[in-house]
Amino acid sequence: MKEKIAFRDAQKECIDGQALRKYQLERLKETVGHALRTPFYQHRLNKVGIRSSDDIRSLKDLERIPFTTKDDLRESYPRGLLATDMKKVVRVHTSSGTTGIPTVIYHTQEDLDNWTELVVRSIVACGVTSDDVFQNMMTYGMFTGGLGLHYGAERLGALVIPSGSGNTKRQLQLMKDFRTTVVHATPSYMFHFSSKIGELGFTVEELNLKKAFLGAEPYSENTRKKIEEFFKIDVYNSYGLSEMNGPGVAFECIYKTGMHLWEDAYILEMIDPETKKNLGDDTQGELVLTTLCRQATPLLRYRTRDLTTVVKGNCPCGRTHRRISRIAGRTDDMLIISGVNVFPSQIEQVIMKIPEVGNNYQIYLAKEGALDKLTVKVELYSKLFSGDLQDLERLKRKIQDELRASIVITPMVELHEPGSLPEFELKAKRVVDERIKI
Amino acid sequence: MKITQISVFLENKKGRLFEATKALGDAGVDIKALTIAENEDFGVLRMVVDKPQDALAAFKKNGFVASLTDIVAVEVDDTPGGLARILAVFNKNDLNVEYMYAFVEKTADKAIVVFRFDDPDKAIVILTKNNVKIVGKKEIQTL
Ligand SMILES: [Zn+2]
Repeated sequence: MKEKIAFRDAQKECIDGQALRKYQLERLKETVGHALRTPFYQHRLNKVGIRSSDDIRSLKDLERIPFTTKDDLRESYPRGLLATDMKKVVRVHTSSGTTGIPTVIYHTQEDLDNWTELVVRSIVACGVTSDDVFQNMMTYGMFTGGLGLHYGAERLGALVIPSGSGNTKRQLQLMKDFRTTVVHATPSYMFHFSSKIGELGFTVEELNLKKAFLGAEPYSENTRKKIEEFFKIDVYNSYGLSEMNGPGVAFECIYKTGMHLWEDAYILEMIDPETKKNLGDDTQGELVLTTLCRQATPLLRYRTRDLTTVVKGNCPCGRTHRRISRIAGRTDDMLIISGVNVFPSQIEQVIMKIPEVGNNYQIYLAKEGALDKLTVKVELYSKLFSGDLQDLERLKRKIQDELRASIVITPMVELHEPGSLPEFELKAKRVVDERIKI
Repeated sequence: MKITQISVFLENKKGRLFEATKALGDAGVDIKALTIAENEDFGVLRMVVDKPQDALAAFKKNGFVASLTDIVAVEVDDTPGGLARILAVFNKNDLNVEYMYAFVEKTADKAIVVFRFDDPDKAIVILTKNNVKIVGKKEIQTL
């Protein structure tokens, strides 16, 4: 490992199990106390016999608490599950879902400070220091990814370039002129860069990039490798969601073997999304989180809808906070195609392994009579075009066969010219579902 | 004596063929021969042009997927049985043709046909030995 292991606060990050559980219980009691100030949680908690924080005697009592869902948050819009005096609130973040009704999360100054501290801890774990130049190419504003990392990098003392998303040429100019070492962007934006860099008159060699934090959309291990190889950088995976502040919930360290979930700030549970039963480590399930250091919007047993697995064993970095694996999919991203569960990430993984096609793809679903028809649209990679129709037909069959091997369903495969599928700079819209919703 | 063919990938989209040929026209590239191989959702346009490198650059600039391939152009008597005589040479010598198409232009009473062989170098040796006239790059440009 070429990088040194660094900590923001080694004591907190390498806390032993017993001390962590003791601390979690303390914080949980306080969080339940806060939550009881909201009519929503008062009602919910009273129903299960929790009337004050004293009713939480052990961490086991957490299981008595009903889950909080995204719908609960939506239904409480715009007042939200506010547990503090509005006067103490200094910021609000809303996130719009596909249904149009947003969720709202309020923050006090202390909440923001805690959040920022978690971000600092996270990026330090990836080797970022105050010497780094951090170019933040994420959308600012209501999207928590931009602001979250901005404040973290700033508090660490890095030089922050708040470039926001878009304007590829200017981004490259900034990277070159300010010797940017760390970028924060979506994977699709990095792919966009890789395809445009030459055309815009830049080379990877003249830049000074060392690391990238990629997030805001799911991506595969192959995507990471491709971006790492192209830019000759280290790409670190991270996990966050606006309901849990945003970035800084879980982050990889330099060993890149799963993301340490900061257990002194969140209680981690894994459940079976169907039966809602708690699962042990090493079994894929839905991640459920309870905030431990939030005053304005405490959330108890929040169902993230993200599917992941707790990584077994200890991380060589020495951190004791458990790691979660790359998000395998979202319970609400899951497509049911002719009765088979399919995650778009499975399709992405197959496509990324086929060199003759590019990185952009689209999943298109339609009805053909009573049957679901899945079409996967990919773009041909120009450098590997042989000029032969037969080769293209072979390629099409190869993609089809590999997809069938992975998702059981045989899709239609369409080959397109590069750049003809929609490419989005922030979040790529990968799935178009034209089936009639019931 | 091989000549260069340029192939372009075309997805089945209205106007794409027009755009491809327009890209060449704008770059001052003259198309000498062309053929399209296609299935229900995409096709490959193959061409012999006067300036293949310029054509490749023009396609790249306009966002097309294109590549260059070596082919062999042969003079064929423009009389009944002319093509058959050439194909007989191929047969006798086990030359495998992947595809072929004809030029638009002619030289006097000769037609020009291009062939894609799996081994173009071997094909050239055999054809020369059998007195089949192979058309070179220079002659193509002046057609
Ligand atoms: Zn670690």
